[in-house]
Amino acid sequence: MSILLSNISKKFGAFSALDNINLEIPEGELVALLGPSGCGKTTLLRIIAGLERADQGRILISGQDRTEHDVSKRGIGFVFQHYALFRHMTVFENVAFGLRVKPRRDRPSNEVIAKKVHALLELVQLDWLHDRYPDQLSGGQRQRIALARALAVEPSVLLLDEPFGALDASVRKDLRQWLRNLHHDLNVTSIFVTHDQEEAMEVASQVVVLNHGKIEQQGAPSEIYDHPSNAFVSGFIGQTNVFNLEHQDTDWLQTAGLSTLQQQGKIVHVRPHDIVIEKSALDSDAFVTLKDWQHLGALIRIELVKNSVNGQPASVYAEMPNEQFKRLHLNKGDKVDLKIRHAHWFH
Amino acid sequence: MSQNSIMPGFRPTIGFTVVYLSLVVLIPLSTLVFKSFQLNWDDYVHIITNKRVLSSFRVSFTTALAASLIASFFGFIVAWVLVRYSFFGKRFFHALIDFPFALPTAVAGIVLATVFQPSGFLGKLLIDTLGVQVAFKPLGIVMALIFISIPFVVRTVEPVLLEFETSMEEAASSLGATRLQVFLKVIFPNVFPALLTGFALSFARGVGEYGSVIFIAGNLPYVSEIVPLLIVTKLEQFDIQGATAIALTMLVISFLLLLLINMLQYWVRKRSGQL
Repeated sequence: MSILLSNISKKFGAFSALDNINLEIPEGELVALLGPSGCGKTTLLRIIAGLERADQGRILISGQDRTEHDVSKRGIGFVFQHYALFRHMTVFENVAFGLRVKPRRDRPSNEVIAKKVHALLELVQLDWLHDRYPDQLSGGQRQRIALARALAVEPSVLLLDEPFGALDASVRKDLRQWLRNLHHDLNVTSIFVTHDQEEAMEVASQVVVLNHGKIEQQGAPSEIYDHPSNAFVSGFIGQTNVFNLEHQDTDWLQTAGLSTLQQQGKIVHVRPHDIVIEKSALDSDAFVTLKDWQHLGALIRIELVKNSVNGQPASVYAEMPNEQFKRLHLNKGDKVDLKIRHAHWFH
Repeated sequence: MSQNSIMPGFRPTIGFTVVYLSLVVLIPLSTLVFKSFQLNWDDYVHIITNKRVLSSFRVSFTTALAASLIASFFGFIVAWVLVRYSFFGKRFFHALIDFPFALPTAVAGIVLATVFQPSGFLGKLLIDTLGVQVAFKPLGIVMALIFISIPFVVRTVEPVLLEFETSMEEAASSLGATRLQVFLKVIFPNVFPALLTGFALSFARGVGEYGSVIFIAGNLPYVSEIVPLLIVTKLEQFDIQGATAIALTMLVISFLLLLLINMLQYWVRKRSGQL
């Protein structure tokens, strides 16, 4: 189901957590609410769920105004950061809970409940754990049970609060892929909150970047990466070298191939992989030296130091494939020439 | 316990525990058992089946049971209010809860007796409006025991309610549960083992309570005479053997009841996955 948020604001005391949020989420999308901690992303998710009330604004789920609906009547599934499984119930009873609390006339029979719960547990590949208690499960297993529990009531929207936040790195990687596949199969509109830009880019079909209670940009992951709409988004998504034209000599940027004539602002962001380096000639007056490098798997991250004529030496990062780096035969301390292939300008 | 255990000092601490338990608990209690061996079986049965003794047992256990049930109910509500809501004077109420712990029980007894006696402030009010006399009746004993028991329930339930994850409630609500269903199916089952502990503590305390009860009870034989008072009465008449027989019986019954409650608790915890 599609979700439409209009003019949502929320204040905690004097602190404005959300400031006039307008957001439209089409049906079937897997959306990431991405932002640094304290940006209001979890508050926004809780407002959509009905766990928190907005000071103003309306929430429409598939065209119907649900602003005044209680969380129990909104038809949403919510997966909590720390799972919030019922400790006193078995895995089976946890998943069955949403069906057992239905009003008597809507409540399925025990056989139907059992069938449905086992089907859901099979969907999350944990049917063999049905008689265990939550305390006996690992973090990844709990997360999947929490998801099965939320899906049991056939929600029109699935909301996940930092779904992978409390898991260790390898489990997190598996679950990301798994969630993406699950969403592909079920096609239920889903929103998840994360502060990890890599996770958002990897899992989501749409990313909403939030900062200080405002939406900075919304779009497909590639669009946000390739065309960041402002300096915050560019800096938050992926690695970036920031050059401030007011403080830095424009000369060397020009020698690096960045035409300051077509300058469209005062701040330049350059992605590490948009910087090409070459060994300088021995008598070159290049003032960039190679300081160190790190292996990141297929890529090498190269740390360069730029000795500016006036002021502090500044670090610049470049990235290139391993093979290419080997061919350059560079050593620490070598002087190098830079070439900037592409840059983003901001005011 | 092996030598390479991570916690040092197993030997001295277990030694201290055994010495402490022996001096304070086991030796006095075994003296009681040995003392009662001076009686033969017929004498013992004769003392215990005395009508006055039997009715004092009935009074003691029924009033303690009623009081701890009522205290569990109200203690739960008090703990709930203190944990869940913030209001003016909360700290004051917090301090007030522990008051029965600190107050000498005789003082509590005298105060309760004064207030609830037929000419007392509350006693008169209850007789005039409801026609119920509290003091000098089993009801008075229940009243005194509730006063003594409430803090046991509040202080065992409170930490569990404090620790309770509110996200569990939110999860239940998001799955469509009503407020009542959230309480009955999620909150209460998680708090129940602690409530049972509070109940057991207040029941054990209630059965043995002496000071606060004797002033309000009126101590009428067959009506409002409790077992501890009967033991004291027998001692004052230098009927050591009679006192011992009653005390031993009391010990055995209390032990069996606490065992039963503990087994119940084990069962509840196991069923709710806490073991």
